[in-house]
Amino acid sequence: MKRSLSSRHAASWIGATVTALCAIIGAAILILILGYVAFAGARALNPAFLTQLPVPVGETGGGVGNGIVGTLITVGIATLLALPMGLLGALFLALFGRGWFPEVVRFLSDVLSGIPSIAIGLFAYTLLVAPFRHFSALSASFAFAILMLPIILRTSEEAIRSVPRSIREGALALGLSEFATTMRIVVPAARPAIITGLLLAIARVTGETAPLLFTAFGSQFWELNPAQPMAQLPLQVFTYAISPYASWHAQAWAGALLLITAVLVLNILARLVLTPRTQR
Amino acid sequence: MNATVAPMRVENLSAYYGSREAVADVSMPFAANAVTALMGPSGCGKTTLLRCLNRIHEIAPNAYARGKVLLGDRDIYDSDMSVVELRRRVGMVFQRANPFPTLSILGNVTAGLSGSVPAAKRMEVAESALRGAALWEEVRDKLSKPATALSGGQQQRLCIARALAVEPEVLLMDEPTSSLDPISTLSIEELMTSLTDRYAIVVVTHNLQQAARVSKYSAFMLADETGIGRLIEMDETSRMFTKPSDRRTEDYISGRFG
Repeated sequence: MKRSLSSRHAASWIGATVTALCAIIGAAILILILGYVAFAGARALNPAFLTQLPVPVGETGGGVGNGIVGTLITVGIATLLALPMGLLGALFLALFGRGWFPEVVRFLSDVLSGIPSIAIGLFAYTLLVAPFRHFSALSASFAFAILMLPIILRTSEEAIRSVPRSIREGALALGLSEFATTMRIVVPAARPAIITGLLLAIARVTGETAPLLFTAFGSQFWELNPAQPMAQLPLQVFTYAISPYASWHAQAWAGALLLITAVLVLNILARLVLTPRTQR
Repeated sequence: MNATVAPMRVENLSAYYGSREAVADVSMPFAANAVTALMGPSGCGKTTLLRCLNRIHEIAPNAYARGKVLLGDRDIYDSDMSVVELRRRVGMVFQRANPFPTLSILGNVTAGLSGSVPAAKRMEVAESALRGAALWEEVRDKLSKPATALSGGQQQRLCIARALAVEPEVLLMDEPTSSLDPISTLSIEELMTSLTDRYAIVVVTHNLQQAARVSKYSAFMLADETGIGRLIEMDETSRMFTKPSDRRTEDYISGRFG
C-alpha cells in the first residue's frame, strides 16, 4: 500500500527533527558544563589563586600555584618520555608495517589505550612507588607516558602513512636513502598531523586524576623535584571538591575551570595546526 | 641502431608483483642523446618496465624483477650495485608532479644534492638545473616560496629540474604530461627535445602524437591474452609510424584499438 505524499513529508520532518535534537543535545551538554564551570569557577578565580600556595582549613584565600606548576612538570616529563618512543614506533609501523608482528603491535596499542587510567596508575605504583616506599612525580609521569604512548603511536603512524606515496617515491628516485627520505621529506610532510596527535595526547592526560592518587600523591608545598611527591591541579580539585567547606568548593570549581580551559586550548591548537596555511 | 651508444639496455627482463608477471622477457636498448618512447595501451607493462630501470619497481610490496638491466657495462640488479648510486645516475619524473610539500622551490631543486655541497655551489647547481628545465626566468625571484604555490606545469618542470640537479645520465619520464594542459605539455615536449643533447631520455606515453613528436626510437608493448606485458617491436619512430613490422602495431597506431 502506498503512503500518501503528506504522510511521507511528515515522516521526513519527524526524522529530521529527532536527529537534529539528538545532535543539539550532544553539543549542548558540553556548552552546559563549560558554562556552569565558568560561572561557578570564576568567583574564586583571581591572581592569588593562580600563584599562591594552598592555605590550611579555616583560613581564607590561597591558591593552587604549586598544583599548576606540578601538573606542568609531570605532564612535561611524561611528554619527553612518550614522544620519542611513540614517534620511533610510529615510524616502524608506517614504514615496515606489514606482516603479523606490526599487526600485533597495533592491536596491543589499541587495547592499551582502552585500559582504565587507574589500572595504569596501579601499575606505576607497583613499579616505581612501592619498591622505593616513596611517592614521586616521576612515577606519575611514567603513568601518564603510558597513557600517551598509544595515542602518539597511532596518530603519528596515521600521519606518516597519509603522506602520499608519490612524495616518498620522488625522494627515493632522486637517490635519497630510505633514511634521508624519511627524515627530510616524509616526516616533515607529516609534521602538522603528528603535532596534532601529540597535543591531543597531552590534553588526554592533563586532566587525569586517578593515576595521581597513588603516584604523585600531592603536596602542600612548592615542590619542584620530580623524585618527591608533588602537588597536582587535578588532585587539588578532587581534595577541595570532597571537602565540607564552601570556600574550598569554590576553589574546586576554579581549578576545574583551569583544567577545562587548558584542554580546550590544546584541542583548538590541535585543530589550528592541521588547517593548511593559505597560499598566496 | 648502434648498440655501443646505448648507455642503458635491458636483456630478458621480466617484472613481477608477487606471483603475477607484469612484463615478460623484454630486451631492448635505450640510445644516448635521444628520446625513446615506450607506448602501448593501458596495462601493457610500459610503466612497470620504466620503473625497473631505476629499481623503483621493487619498492612495491613483493615486487621484483628478473633479467638484466645494463647501465654502461654494469647490471643494476647486481648485488654490489647501490640503489642510491643507481638512482643518482638514472633520474625519474613522474606522471603527476610531486614536489616536496614542505620545501621551498630552491629546497626542492637541491633536495637530491649531498648535504656536504656548500651553499654557493648549491645555488649554482640550482640555477643551472632550473635553466635546464626552462623554469629559471619564472621562479628566480621566488626561490624561497613553497613549491606547491607553482602551477601544475611549473611544478612538473620543477620536478624535472630536481632530477637534472643530480646530473644523471638517463632521465626516465612516466607520462610526464598526462595531467597537464596543452600549453604546459608543449613546453615539456620542447624541453625533452632540448635535453637530448645531454641525456638519454626514456618516456612512457599512451599519446601516439606525443611519441611521434618527441621520440627518435619507439617501442610498442602489448599485454598478451593472460595479461602479461610483452615488447611487440622496437624501431626508429619514423619507421614504426610509417611501416610497422607487426600487424598489432599497425592496428594500434591506426587507432583500431587502445
